[in-house]
Amino acid sequence: MDSWHRLHPLSPVVQAGRRILPLVVVLAVPFLSQGSSTKSQSLVDAGLVGLAVVAGAAEWLVTRWRIEAGVLRIDTGLVRRRTTKLPLNRVQSIDLVRPGTARLLGLAEVRVRSGGSREGDVRLAYLAAARAEHLRDGLLALVRGSHTSSPMSESPIARASTFRLLISTPLRGAILWPILAAAALLVFGRHLPHGGGVVAMAALVLLAVGTGAARILSSQYGFEVARTQDGLLIRGGAVGTFTETLALHRIQALRVVEPLLWRPFGWAKLVADVAGGQRRRDEDRSASGRIRTLVPVATRTEVLRVAEFIVGPAAGEAGTAPPTRARLKAPLSYPMLRAGLVDGYAVSVVGRVRRLTTIIPLAKVQSVRWVQGPVQRRLGLATVHLDAAGGRSTGAALRDRSSEEARELLGRLPSLCATARRSTLAGPAHLP
Amino acid sequence: MENPARADQAESWSRPNPRLLTLRRGEVGAGAVALLLIGVGLSFTNIFVGACLAVAALLVAGVGLTYVGRRFRSWGYLERVEDLLVRRGVMFERLSVVPYGRMQTVEVTAGPLERSLGLATVQLHTASAASDARIPGLDRATAADLRDRLVGRGEATAEGL
Repeated sequence: MDSWHRLHPLSPVVQAGRRILPLVVVLAVPFLSQGSSTKSQSLVDAGLVGLAVVAGAAEWLVTRWRIEAGVLRIDTGLVRRRTTKLPLNRVQSIDLVRPGTARLLGLAEVRVRSGGSREGDVRLAYLAAARAEHLRDGLLALVRGSHTSSPMSESPIARASTFRLLISTPLRGAILWPILAAAALLVFGRHLPHGGGVVAMAALVLLAVGTGAARILSSQYGFEVARTQDGLLIRGGAVGTFTETLALHRIQALRVVEPLLWRPFGWAKLVADVAGGQRRRDEDRSASGRIRTLVPVATRTEVLRVAEFIVGPAAGEAGTAPPTRARLKAPLSYPMLRAGLVDGYAVSVVGRVRRLTTIIPLAKVQSVRWVQGPVQRRLGLATVHLDAAGGRSTGAALRDRSSEEARELLGRLPSLCATARRSTLAGPAHLP
Repeated sequence: MENPARADQAESWSRPNPRLLTLRRGEVGAGAVALLLIGVGLSFTNIFVGACLAVAALLVAGVGLTYVGRRFRSWGYLERVEDLLVRRGVMFERLSVVPYGRMQTVEVTAGPLERSLGLATVQLHTASAASDARIPGLDRATAADLRDRLVGRGEATAEGL
């Protein structure tokens, strides 16, 4: 792969599709409503569309890429030339993204993420689907350090059921509560003097919630996680599809989330906190590289089985409850609280309404904090936090342990974490 | 001895400079005086509101000064072989352990008031936003020394993510 390559000739069509489609809609409305427009007007319209097409084609013409000595190089730009060189040893993941239009034309985008800033992301949009997959496998092989491009060997771990997805999505707090609020507005609002406005507001809320739910459904439809030689392979999507790779050593923590209304069904979702990658403005959280959904919805047992694939056996059920006197300090969350250390991992369960199980590899712990509030001091309790890379909410809280246990944890954890760090430094953690 | 932060007294914890206490007392004092002045001003129009503000000023001074003193005494840090310990807090007592290998940046800041007393704040950042290792009120030379030592140890044991 040392000669220059171009993107697929149809890629300007997909790229421009996003630009042209709104343009066409805007221009077509007066055209259709008037039946026929003046000649000069339609000339201007055609000119605008033509300009968009020419711009896309020019961009395609001046873009080329190749792999030279362990570096992926992309040259682009018509007026301002830009060369991007991405050292393959810094690659964190390689994703295939296929929006709906690209799928229609048999194209796919290859997105290479490297550590840190958003400039670290390289996008090859678009290549023929088979070609993109071949390139992905080749790049992954280069990242591994071997030169033979072996196709990915996958063994599926979990697959989301569409039925559960359909039931569980409206039961999410973010979807259900706005719907209930809008329903309440509709029922009570009609009797108010300015009922029309209230009804319109409720309709707007429902519209927003509906689009939100549709987005969740379309991105998590057909969701699938498989194990490969490079870690995990995640794919899914209804209209546009995506295929992501995730190296296991990038996982900073695993979270099993059980929302209130999922608990009667015994359902949970599994989410991984992933190192690196600032959140981009045009991406939602799950696509930003910070948080990756591994299982959108499954029974708790299934979710824990997937977690065990990643962190080793019985990690999800480990831990002990805090002393009963903790009930006085945390009456609501006490029934859920649980925490403990197992074999290189810390496990904590917290939550009042939704249950959150966090599994964090000790090798990924950034810092350890011991906190004791006034009530905890009275009761002889303390909380030990294990901070993971990322925002404030990542990491595990071993909540309301007895003072003796918390103190013992605080004494033991720093050296345990240091040992775990060193053993993973010697060789990246690989699957059992 | 339930509190591990207090239990390690034998090992010598370093403390912020006493000038930090002067600074914090000054801040509380300034607040109280401001309240008092507003109270005096208002007492010309409404003696009751003025008296209330004066009492509030006294309360602020009393409670504030005690709290500031206890808070100052709670601060401490200890450089161990592999990690830095920082303790703080009166109501919520906290003790952070940050391994040198996890340090990403060491930040030394000094606001105008701190500068006027020759003080600086040293803060350690890791890849986690939750890591909490801030040591305020260090003598400027001490802060610079600490920063250099921390950076040196961080380089020696850098582990990143």
